[in-house]
Amino acid sequence: MSDLRPVPGGAPDEGAPSGPDLAGLLRQSARGDESAFAEVYDAVSAKVYGLAVRVVRNPAQAEEVAQESLLEVWRTASRYDPDRGSPMAWILTIVHRRAVDRVRSAESATRRDAAYHDRNRSVSHDETAEAATASLEAHRVRSALSTLTEVQREAVELAYLQGYTHTEIARALDLPVGTAKTRIRDGLIRLRDTMGVGSGR
Amino acid sequence: MSTDIHALSGAYAIDALDDEERADFEQHLADCPTCQAEVDGLREAAATIAEIHATQPPAAMRQRVLDDIRTVRPLPPLVQRSTGRRAGSVRRRWVGLVAAAAAVIALGGIVWHPWDRPSSGPQLSAVTQVERAPDVQRFTTKGPDGSEMTVYRSVSLNRAAVVAHDLADAPEGKVYQLWLQDPAGVMRPAGFLAAGTSTSAPLTGAVSTAEGAGMTVEPAGGSPAPTSDPVALVAFTS
Repeated sequence: MSDLRPVPGGAPDEGAPSGPDLAGLLRQSARGDESAFAEVYDAVSAKVYGLAVRVVRNPAQAEEVAQESLLEVWRTASRYDPDRGSPMAWILTIVHRRAVDRVRSAESATRRDAAYHDRNRSVSHDETAEAATASLEAHRVRSALSTLTEVQREAVELAYLQGYTHTEIARALDLPVGTAKTRIRDGLIRLRDTMGVGSGR
Repeated sequence: MSTDIHALSGAYAIDALDDEERADFEQHLADCPTCQAEVDGLREAAATIAEIHATQPPAAMRQRVLDDIRTVRPLPPLVQRSTGRRAGSVRRRWVGLVAAAAAVIALGGIVWHPWDRPSSGPQLSAVTQVERAPDVQRFTTKGPDGSEMTVYRSVSLNRAAVVAHDLADAPEGKVYQLWLQDPAGVMRPAGFLAAGTSTSAPLTGAVSTAEGAGMTVEPAGGSPAPTSDPVALVAFTS
């Protein structure tokens, strides 16, 4: 909170250094401007697809999730509200929701398949996707994540990257119900304040 | 209780709630600007994590997306709609609407493939229980602004639930209220549905004898009977 930064409402497209004006491009997209949306695509597709792949795992399904999400971004662009946050966060919220829906429904469809069940419910801490991005921003995020306590980071990652509910996290980690949701919230608050995003409204 | 529900903001922000908790929290959010601001900020924080995982998509995806959008019209901006008719006349008109919907929905009202036994434990949300009932029926329709709405109904469990995608916020000071139509054609209040990209709520009431379900826009707090035309409507066909 001590980190003075403009709040998202006053500064569209905060966080992405010298990127295109995503908020403006979304406004144009909302009016049916396909070339504006192509620019949106170029600015966000790596994060959209990367997040989908990280959560869904299966590249073909991740691509479907990414495509559906981007279509939703196009369709609902007029609903983006700059007072509530950055365009990137709005877009990634849509992607994350769809990715989590996909893994959960895939899981209920194959619930009787014990092998699948075991493989997916065991808490595995793989860091496969850690490798790629060496951007300055990625470096900042990693440092910010390292300020979370180990248990906070674990809870945030199980929820955000593996699509666990807070009750599933509590069960997987043998925690009393209620503990996981607190860790998620505390972890995200610390990440928010360290990154200096979206606070102070 | 209310301090307890505030604590769900982080889990809500990153989709770590089950359907029932999410519906509850969304109802709370509608009245709690503090939580809404916190959720917005925590989503901002979570989105930074995606920076680490950025991965170039297959090159062909770009053209597919750009082809896709050509076939879909972007939603117009939200505007206030004026509602307000006498409840009695509206209710009578509903009977005809449900009957008309029945003719259309009969095609779509298929028996859904059961994934699992009806009850896999107490931790299942009401919505999930209905979705997994062996006799679940599924009715789909379009809601406001082209949102997709699905009603799941299980006669054996006497339960139903509605699941919606891309449901835009109701006009300021209004809520989405759910209704079940009883055999006499009277619309009975059946709960509320929060707006959201993916949202759900149980339909409460005498589900197994109900002949249809609908949703209207009502003043905050809801109404004892519909005061406006339905924005979504399905007829239960067996």
